[in-house]
Amino acid sequence: MNDSKFPPNTNRVAEHIVGLPKSGIRDFFELVNAMDDVISLGIGEPDFMTPWHIREASIYALENGHTSYTSNLGLLSLRKEICRYVKSNYAVEYDPVSECIVTVGVSEGLDLLLRAIINPGDEIIYHEPCYVSYAPGIQMAHGIPVVVPTYEKNDFALDPADLKKAITPKSKAILLNFPCNPTGATMPLDKLKEVAQIAIDNDILVIADEIYSELTYEGEHISIASLPGMRERTIFLHGFSKAYAMTGYRIAYACGPVDIIDAMMNIHQYSMLCAPINGQEAALEALRNGKTEMMRMKYEYRDRRNVITKRLNEMGLKCFKPVGAFYVFPNITSSGLSSNEFATRLLNEQNVAVVPGGAFGKCGEGFVRCAYAASIDNIVEAMDRIALFLKR
Amino acid sequence: MKNNILRLLRKNARLSVENIAEQVSSDVATVQKIISELEDENVIRGYQAVIDESKLSELQVKAIIEVHIQPQRDGGFDNIARRLANFAEVNSLYLVSGGYDLQLEVQGESLQEVAGFVSSKLATIEGVTATATHFILKKYKEAGRLFEDGAEYERLKVSP
Ligand SMILES: Cc1ncc(COP(=O)(O)O)c(C=O)c1O
Repeated sequence: MNDSKFPPNTNRVAEHIVGLPKSGIRDFFELVNAMDDVISLGIGEPDFMTPWHIREASIYALENGHTSYTSNLGLLSLRKEICRYVKSNYAVEYDPVSECIVTVGVSEGLDLLLRAIINPGDEIIYHEPCYVSYAPGIQMAHGIPVVVPTYEKNDFALDPADLKKAITPKSKAILLNFPCNPTGATMPLDKLKEVAQIAIDNDILVIADEIYSELTYEGEHISIASLPGMRERTIFLHGFSKAYAMTGYRIAYACGPVDIIDAMMNIHQYSMLCAPINGQEAALEALRNGKTEMMRMKYEYRDRRNVITKRLNEMGLKCFKPVGAFYVFPNITSSGLSSNEFATRLLNEQNVAVVPGGAFGKCGEGFVRCAYAASIDNIVEAMDRIALFLKR
Repeated sequence: MKNNILRLLRKNARLSVENIAEQVSSDVATVQKIISELEDENVIRGYQAVIDESKLSELQVKAIIEVHIQPQRDGGFDNIARRLANFAEVNSLYLVSGGYDLQLEVQGESLQEVAGFVSSKLATIEGVTATATHFILKKYKEAGRLFEDGAEYERLKVSP
């Protein structure tokens, strides 16, 4: 959008911000959000409402007048509960007083972390297709994003050999996201161990965005932070948005070595002060009493995944059955369309929204992301419509 | 698998067998067989709609009735409970712990009809020592479903 008062080539905006990659799908998003009557498989957040006991706890906190700042690091009671949860579910122990910080979403946690560790010109390696804010986040912190593609033939798991090739003397950290948005990929343990070894051998940090980890449907999620020698070089990022359907509460956390958490805390205290107290109290309730509801949502995602994977494969849009998150990433090349054309035409002709794979990185071209955080009825209807779309 | 199928049917008994098979990653024949077995074994006793009667024109009156009984030497609570359960007016019947023994949900077309059932049928049964009738004024939730529609609000249709 151009403000007519200023010429577009004015250099009022910082160079590294002007240089941020423009999201190629903004227009597409605007188009969908303006349409009525769309069946959307394009939403990267749970379709469930936050479980009532959590909402009720936050209402109660409001009734009792809990509307102040909290400690910069977040409520100590919450940090204690987080560290207990991380220990019992991810087998890594952190000190709630010095190794854990509550952030405004993993979004803020990642931003703090990147700003805390990057000297201008440092390289951060990450895998694509990936969550849209990784590369811009690195650039905003004056780092250099280094992409390692992942491939359909590996079910979009990161191939340690590809990772090795991306390492240079400037490499500062590897950013991992498994289960992965947008592919649903997870890392087999042997590959995860190889990645850990590469990090150790090259003395680089690992940033683990494990925001989808509870949503692992078969087998057990293993955090790279729990592997031998990794605790001291891993920053564990996690939050309440996905597993507890709490995206709007904006609460997450980072756990890691003291020096790094301390540096993050330094930035956070000046830029954010603290995460909102009401969300923190809701998060506390989620950790204390949220397991049953979380499992109920998880079973539903699993059932939906079974349906959507089967139907897509039946109509020739090949995809593996993902083990985690709530996304499938079918290959749409059999349609003869680019992923942008596919998504735009599907939207216009059948009112179904999916996200073009190219939005998540170059190697996402030829794929689309279908989120199954939608009701089973909508998923079935969307699949029927996609089948119709393909027949024409 | 059996538990998964039951979990799905509990939420929506009108799911097609095809849909259930897809959700539990099985095939139609297997799922049909399991459901038939569950029906034959009376694990599944029936399928019913959850209806908001306040939206219908015909009147329906429902009441919850607490019943105290004098257990009989043979048969304990069961004999009386069975007698009561057979009345068409009785929708549900439970033996409960606490201050009374049986809890009934009774329905009729009018207050008089339900009152008549209590005074002429229920209270006269041998072993029934006391009753307390609570007419239902408004239904907020039944069978896990809320009866008030939440207000719509603006949610994104796509997000990264
Ligand atoms: C991989 C990944 N990381 C981080 C986020 C941001 O989460 P939060 O709500 O905690 O900021 C998302 C949200 O879509 C995500 O998919």
